[in-house]
Amino acid sequence: MNVPDDLLYTESHEWIRRESENVRVGITDHAQSELTDVVYVELPKVDRQANAKEAIAVVESVKAASDIYAPVKGTVVEVNKALEADPGLLNREPYGQGWIFVLKLDNAEDLKQLKDAEGYRKQIG
Amino acid sequence: MSEVAQKRTPLYDEHVRLGAKIILFGGWLMPVHYTSIVEEHQAVRNNVGIFDISHMGQLIAEGSGAQAWLNTMLTNNVDKLDVGTGQYTFLLNERGGIIDDLIVYRIDDDKFLLVVNASRTDEVFEWLKRHLRGGVKIENRSADFGGVAIQGPRVVELLHALFGKDVELPPRNAIVDLKFGGTNVSVARTGYTGEDGVEVFFRASDATKFWNAALETGKLFGIKPCGLGARDTLRLEMCYPLNGSDLSPERNPIEAGLGFFVDLTKPNFIGRDVLVRTKESGPREKLVPFRMKEKGPPPRPHYAVFENSERIGEVTSGTISPSLNWGVGMAYVSTPHANIGTKIDIEIRGQKFPAMIEKKPLYKKS
Repeated sequence: MNVPDDLLYTESHEWIRRESENVRVGITDHAQSELTDVVYVELPKVDRQANAKEAIAVVESVKAASDIYAPVKGTVVEVNKALEADPGLLNREPYGQGWIFVLKLDNAEDLKQLKDAEGYRKQIG
Repeated sequence: MSEVAQKRTPLYDEHVRLGAKIILFGGWLMPVHYTSIVEEHQAVRNNVGIFDISHMGQLIAEGSGAQAWLNTMLTNNVDKLDVGTGQYTFLLNERGGIIDDLIVYRIDDDKFLLVVNASRTDEVFEWLKRHLRGGVKIENRSADFGGVAIQGPRVVELLHALFGKDVELPPRNAIVDLKFGGTNVSVARTGYTGEDGVEVFFRASDATKFWNAALETGKLFGIKPCGLGARDTLRLEMCYPLNGSDLSPERNPIEAGLGFFVDLTKPNFIGRDVLVRTKESGPREKLVPFRMKEKGPPPRPHYAVFENSERIGEVTSGTISPSLNWGVGMAYVSTPHANIGTKIDIEIRGQKFPAMIEKKPLYKKS
């Protein structure tokens, strides 16, 4: 399973890429392979404020709906509209074109709470 | 905390070896998918797929009184069955509610095979034992048998390759014994996908051998091992009900739109009185298929159904149909609203999405 070294991770299988004051968020390769066949993504609204671990998006596969959580406290500044037309991007490019939203960080210190690649690899075994 | 049974079919190790994602279903550890639900679904629609159905229960009713007795237990008419044929039928409680939907085969003059849902096997067996009468013996043979469903337009080619090109396959709803290696397997022309197909039952000890032979021979025909996920999307496109979702002890076959499998001309079977009354007065609610009007989130069980602003029912099955790439489902709605073409709304996470009540099936081969 692909777990890139340069990303941070949550226990709930989101990946986080630091982009100066913002973070870009998606779901991991492991998560997409467990879900398979993503058929719908409900994106958060831009400007929405979210607390860490608050459910702000929904990824639906053929089988089930799964909540996607804000990894840290922040404000949604960008969402991936391409997923509305092509939710399969989440399966094909989970770390690339399949990103879900960008959060403006409330406090960059919060990122210390997240797992590194090594920690996430351990979690998924 | 109560201990949850986690039974394994004789094919469990094969599923693990093939990398299946395993879930607990009706007390059984079963593959939900091997690669992807959509891929497995398309394999069945376009080529051929094989499913482990060893979790399903097999009961044998035998004896000079078996035929008459089964006719008092089941809704369809067993008298119509010649040896080697089967029918879809219901086992009802006294309130007419559905304990299980099943297929009953007459395998000899006075011998019947009942293939029942995995999660209901023990309950059905106990129910039948409790209502048993003289001249009939009932046995639960579920642990002795394994089974697979082989489904898809290339199934006949595959069966000819597997059993020999001169083999005589059973016609629809019939069951025959065929030689396979040094053993006998029972092949029934039935299924749960809307495609041509068979369900094959064999001794549990022959399961791995048969499964691997079918997969190996099936390579020529594009076979894929398929999990419960594809089984569910395939059956839902055809509007075949799933017990526990679309059927329950609180619902009767008339409400479920399956009166075709109920013979009210029979003088007596458990639940008959209620069905006669339901038929006379009309059911309060009906199970109807629907299709979303727009691309959007998939409908799911328990979502509320509205017409204008009135709540008229609840979704029991829903998904994105892989064949149509569109949201579809089934719902119980109150009878005055249960008409083909009625515009409804499905409430998904607090937001209403338009849909329309459709005819069965939701998917038809072009």
